[in-house]
Amino acid sequence: MSVRVRVPTPLRKFTAGSEEVAAAGESIRSVIEDLERNHPGMRERLLDDKGEVRRFVNIYLNGDDIRFLDQLNSRVKDGDDISIVPAIAGGR
Amino acid sequence: MATTFQSSLRSPADASENPVPAARATSALDLIGNTPLLEITRLTAGLTRPGVRIFAKLEGFNPGGSVKDRPALGMIRAGLERGDLKPGKVIIDSTSGNTGIALALVGTVMGYPVELVMAANVSRERKKIIEAFGAKAIYSDPLESSDGAIRMCRKIIAENPDRYFKPDQYNNEANARAHFDTTGPEIWRQTQGRVTHFIAGIGTGGTVMGTGRYLKSRNRSIKVIAVEPDDAMHGLEGLKHMASSIVPGIYHEHELDDKIPIETEDAYEMVYALGQVEGILVGQSSGAALLAAIKVARGLKEGCVVTIFPDFGDKYLSTNLWIGWQAWNRERLPQLLKKWNP
Repeated sequence: MSVRVRVPTPLRKFTAGSEEVAAAGESIRSVIEDLERNHPGMRERLLDDKGEVRRFVNIYLNGDDIRFLDQLNSRVKDGDDISIVPAIAGGR
Repeated sequence: MATTFQSSLRSPADASENPVPAARATSALDLIGNTPLLEITRLTAGLTRPGVRIFAKLEGFNPGGSVKDRPALGMIRAGLERGDLKPGKVIIDSTSGNTGIALALVGTVMGYPVELVMAANVSRERKKIIEAFGAKAIYSDPLESSDGAIRMCRKIIAENPDRYFKPDQYNNEANARAHFDTTGPEIWRQTQGRVTHFIAGIGTGGTVMGTGRYLKSRNRSIKVIAVEPDDAMHGLEGLKHMASSIVPGIYHEHELDDKIPIETEDAYEMVYALGQVEGILVGQSSGAALLAAIKVARGLKEGCVVTIFPDFGDKYLSTNLWIGWQAWNRERLPQLLKKWNP
């Protein structure tokens, strides 16, 4: 399955500045593994030591927060849109 | 040695002269500043040497609920004095929340409309508070964080430059000056000049620069230390990771004695600990500040470490800060603090 992943500014250093990258996988977890293969360093920013999504990271699948779907096991389909959004906005 | 660390609620104008709290105020603006200093004792029991004390200045007691009331008032007053802000103008700025709330509050009291540009992912409570003060919220792309809000705000002003007064908290020295004039003298007075270390998070740099500058003007040996997120991808709302951000014009790193990086998850845990152990509910930047304060304090033989708790935690109850917090209990505290062994 090929999906589009929107990448937030703080992670664009791993994607050579690209706002959007293509990735493959059957689930959000396997998409993240694919991101890590092509953009090393991404997984550690998204997942904690236990392999769970870090609390301050929100991942949206076609606009829905995966915490309200099947978390990392949420299934993805060809052409799906995934957005990674930091839970905060920085600055004051 | 008996020491009293007084707290009071007085007008910032009186901060260094009059130690008696105002019994009543005629304006919400008169209640800005003179926040209390809380000694952190329960969380740190047995962790530091007997001659080392840690204090947190509770900025949530400001009427707008955060430390940002100080620079908002300072920048608007400076704008009026310079003539940059006058009747008919609209106050606009980019802010992820607390400054927005503060500008909305000060603008309302002074009779100026306020428009605020913020990333769409700032907490729901903050958006509502800003609107409750009558200000207009304009949302920028959440993927671009606060830098996106800064750029969008510049664009709005460029299209209509005469309409707006932009306090520009990132580049306005009146931001740091407000802390030089109020936060610094208050800490000096509240610790009776005994403060040895001042620690504060960096958002714009205003707090750490202005307060630090004042304290060093009283005693050059006071160490001024900044706290920042450990990585560009972080969850410490209000704080900036300098290496990956647009560096604010008022941030002068060479004036700092040190800078301490904090992991987001550790700061979150410290927020839970502060609630359950000290009975004080704060935002995540306070958790980060206390971790840095503990790190510094543990390396001291004696000292008086003062940090800033920028706000209380009620604005963050719907945010990711509280995801999974039920799993936390105070037995996890030693594990968290172990990382901070000197």
